[in-house]
Amino acid sequence: MDWAWVGENLGRIRGYALQHLFLTAVPVAAGFVLAFPMSLAAIRWRRLYAPLLGFTGMLFTIPSIALFVLLIPVTGLGPLTAIVPLTIYTLLILIRNTVEGLDGVDPDVREAAEAMGYTRGRRLLGVELPLALPVIVAGLRIATVTTVGLVTITALIGAGGLGRLIVDGFTLFFPTSVVVGVVLSVAFAVAADLVLLAGQKALTPWRAGRA
Amino acid sequence: MITFESVTKQFPGGTTAVDELHLQVPDGEVVVLVGPSGCGKTTILRMVNRMIEPSGGRVAVNGEDVMRTSPPRLRRGIGYVIQGIGLFPHRTIAQNVATVPKLEGWDDDRIKARVDELIETVGLPDGVRDRYPHQLSGGQQQRVGVARALAADPPVMLMDEPFAAVDPIVRTRLQDEFLRLQSEVRKTIVFVTHDIDEAIKMGDRIAILSQGGHLQQYATPKELLAEPANDFVADFLGAERGLKRLALIPVSQVEAAPGPVVAPGAGIDEARRVAETHSSDWVVVVDDEGRARGWARLDELDGRGPVDGVRLRDFELTVHADDSLRTALNALVISRHGVAVRLGDGDRYEGLLTRELLSEELR
Repeated sequence: MDWAWVGENLGRIRGYALQHLFLTAVPVAAGFVLAFPMSLAAIRWRRLYAPLLGFTGMLFTIPSIALFVLLIPVTGLGPLTAIVPLTIYTLLILIRNTVEGLDGVDPDVREAAEAMGYTRGRRLLGVELPLALPVIVAGLRIATVTTVGLVTITALIGAGGLGRLIVDGFTLFFPTSVVVGVVLSVAFAVAADLVLLAGQKALTPWRAGRA
Repeated sequence: MITFESVTKQFPGGTTAVDELHLQVPDGEVVVLVGPSGCGKTTILRMVNRMIEPSGGRVAVNGEDVMRTSPPRLRRGIGYVIQGIGLFPHRTIAQNVATVPKLEGWDDDRIKARVDELIETVGLPDGVRDRYPHQLSGGQQQRVGVARALAADPPVMLMDEPFAAVDPIVRTRLQDEFLRLQSEVRKTIVFVTHDIDEAIKMGDRIAILSQGGHLQQYATPKELLAEPANDFVADFLGAERGLKRLALIPVSQVEAAPGPVVAPGAGIDEARRVAETHSSDWVVVVDDEGRARGWARLDELDGRGPVDGVRLRDFELTVHADDSLRTALNALVISRHGVAVRLGDGDRYEGLLTRELLSEELR
């Protein structure tokens, strides 16, 4: 480890870390914004669910590097070329967990809410979403951790992120850079996961003390 | 009043759950729908608040066709209690009870006052207000379910096997408390159960249904037990139909015999004379205040002193005026002498019950 190098390059490292944060947050947020209405539609019209899972599952199997390269002619070399595939990759997990979460609401609770005179919209916001939250957040956590890992690859298409440290380290035979890139990327994934978990706990106080 | 006029329900696929049902649920009464599974009882219940919509006929609550009211509007005026309770796990007990008032937009002070009142009414400790449902026992949760259903004081309540999920002891207590509550609030209630004993206990009237939603008989529990309309009803009421009927008749319905009664100070001669007129070989000793002290056998009286000179025997079996004839009959069956003493409040002697006296009701 060349600590002197780390000290001299702190500014550059921070820049890559912020890019990494941006390249993770935007696809996960965009993915959720897309996945949520699709999930509601899949619940409303059951027949949509299987094809939706099949399609997003198929997209998920395309190797990321191939998808990035395929998009370069369309969106050029830049963050958008990274963001679009990363968003697509989150869809399968987010849709599946949102649908499963809402489906998992106790039918007696749903029936009671209906019989108390809830309108459909209020029931969704007031009863079903809060109860599905742990499963939905679990989906967000998986999507986020996966995306943090995938973002390291976007350095190859010039979108930046901590992957730059890894790629540069390899090309220059300079292990310190690789180690810093890997450690920060892993730390970032763990931190993001813990933040989401803490957020979920704060939003679901009724689950305290339950297994 | 809830009325069903030629109500039919066919589910997609062609099964007929309810067939040409005519039924009236009078104001302030509990009508129990009972029958084997597949008899459409839950379907009938759920047509009242449009959780299920009829395929034909008309369901009306207080004269208003339910199909002409929007479901949320309609349902907020109808309390709903189900076996699974369905409390909202993410809301505290107070918030659960406040559900319908909140939907109806009551102000906070009014909601709080109502919640406090209901928590007390259904017999929950005050400390449960801010707990979550999973922290309560099954019986307590069901009380919250009842409180939530009553919150906006709906004139009509629907109850689908509300006490089926709790153990028998808790169930009996919840049933008793519910009957006491109902005698105060006088709601118009449709109650579904598969348990004929629960139906007899809870119902002002009982509708017995058979497979495919056919109404076999609609009558008060006493009428039903005395005169089942057909074999299906008789079978459903079970082999102990007669005993079940006796359970509904209070002992006070039957005149008790005065019996051989003497005062504590009476002598042996008087005791003999009284016993003879009742052709018995024992007497009951009743004091000035009308309290039964016990009884004595003539051959144990020692000739001279008053009857309370000997140690009086305790009664083997006593029945209270409020007990059922079934309890009285049980007492007579167990009793060696075929006699049970009937006591009123404060152990006041009211007379003797014998098998002969019950035979009129037992025929």
